[in-house]
Amino acid sequence: MSSDLFYALTGASLFTLGLYALIKHAHILRKILAINVMGSGVFLLLVALAAGGQQAFDPVPHAMVITGIVVAISATALALALMLRLREASGLAVLPDTSPEELSEQLPEAPSDVASKNNGKNA
Amino acid sequence: METLTLLSWAFDVTLGLTLMWLAWRALASEDLFKGIVLFIAFGLLMALAWVRLDAPDIALAEAAIGAGLTGALLLGALAKLEAGAESRSRRSEILPRPADKTKVFSGLLVFLLLALVVMLVYAIVKLPPLASGLSAQVAENITASGVSNPVTATLLNFRAYDTLLEMAVLLLAVLGIRSLAVVQEPRGREPGAVLDMLSHLLVPLLILVSGYLLWVGSYAAGGAFQAGAVLAATGVLLLLTGWLPGAWFVGWPLRFLLIFGLAVFVAVTLVLQLFGASFLEFPPSLAGSLILLIEVAAALSIGVTLTALFLGGRPQPEPPSSGRAEKRNTSGTQPS
Amino acid sequence: MSFTDILTVLLLLAGASFFLAGTVGLLRFPDVYTRLHALTKADNLGLGLMLAGLALQAESWTVVARLLLIWVLILLASSSVAHLVVRTAQQKGIRPWKR
Repeated sequence: MSSDLFYALTGASLFTLGLYALIKHAHILRKILAINVMGSGVFLLLVALAAGGQQAFDPVPHAMVITGIVVAISATALALALMLRLREASGLAVLPDTSPEELSEQLPEAPSDVASKNNGKNA
Repeated sequence: METLTLLSWAFDVTLGLTLMWLAWRALASEDLFKGIVLFIAFGLLMALAWVRLDAPDIALAEAAIGAGLTGALLLGALAKLEAGAESRSRRSEILPRPADKTKVFSGLLVFLLLALVVMLVYAIVKLPPLASGLSAQVAENITASGVSNPVTATLLNFRAYDTLLEMAVLLLAVLGIRSLAVVQEPRGREPGAVLDMLSHLLVPLLILVSGYLLWVGSYAAGGAFQAGAVLAATGVLLLLTGWLPGAWFVGWPLRFLLIFGLAVFVAVTLVLQLFGASFLEFPPSLAGSLILLIEVAAALSIGVTLTALFLGGRPQPEPPSSGRAEKRNTSGTQPS
Repeated sequence: MSFTDILTVLLLLAGASFFLAGTVGLLRFPDVYTRLHALTKADNLGLGLMLAGLALQAESWTVVARLLLIWVLILLASSSVAHLVVRTAQQKGIRPWKR
């Protein structure tokens, strides 16, 4: 087993770890971190597999990963801006599994429309 | 050299396990701030892994963009998130789920992901060894590309459309952010004597380093993205020390700089097409200087764009209206 | 192994031990000010020792000049960043640890 293969396996494990966290966590910032970890895993897998057993390195996957890193930061920045906008609009920075009604019961003093809907129902 | 291979093996395994552990802690720790700091450490160790994989170009990009600037973005967003209502954001982090649903769901999820890992590992181990890849073709044509660093040749000549579209992606991201939020300029933060002196020393030096990275990219690790990342780090430093662009800058000059890289890239290809070249084909005699021209423009644009991403919105030079400030204030104090 | 090689190894080991001390300080010290104190001082010295060790192995003077430039850049950057962190901590009202 060469060290390239070891890094390829590390990349695959990082991808799966990120996928688990992406599904498991409700907070959007945590989901963004998870997607970044998944991306790092894919990059590692790509370069390590291309390096496997070769003498001269293949520059094409290297160039693609550099492109990928810049695209990843663009997507991260846009996702963070969307998260902040969602917080401004709904008061929460999470993507919950529960319906809005259940959510408002769990968070009684949640602001704006969720809370007012709840009050209206009680009255 | 038996001991040397053993040592490098020990290093690789330690690095790989540390990467896994840092990623796990970054994603599972209770505190978001702690998670982000661990993620930055993860990015820096990723840069080390790139060096081990003989990819110094990626290592530079990962350390500057993947760890540094992404970390700054995440920390900035977290600060904005907590500025509004601290108690609420902390609590929403531990949103409860129905207990019975969670247990079945987690079990199924872990099972599926374990199956995925097993399949991935099987596929990777069983993969037939790569015959040659594209390194031979790149080596054959490197003299016609105008540069001698194969990665730069790939980025700006052989696969120039990747880079062209990537500039477009950066521009789209900045347009999206500018349409999502408005940033009021923070008022009256004096840098102070120490920071003033340090930034006077550091900023010219960083610009010099950026130019060096751009120049060296034609024959060694470096290039437009790394140079742009250093420029962006300079921009972030200036924003943090309290240096603010004048009102004249945030209008047309800023917009011009944001599109400059993409515009030069497109203009070069269009002019070449007028002279009979096919799309994104550079004539070998001119390729070196054309690539340098595009890279200078791209590095400037990347630097300004990444700084704008850190700013996180459309800068607004006017002082904030009193109504908006009051609204912020009340929403901050109400929940308690 | 020549004399310069031995000197390089010693300098690298000394540098690594300073990094270790700085990291232990970062993990064990009680508040942000003492942590920064451990980190900036020990790491900058450790880096200087390591770069000195590498400079002994350099093929040409331009490499030595580049190593020196790296050190100067990191000294300036780390002092700026440390100052920024402390200023933010003070603005947030974090009191220095006393006991």
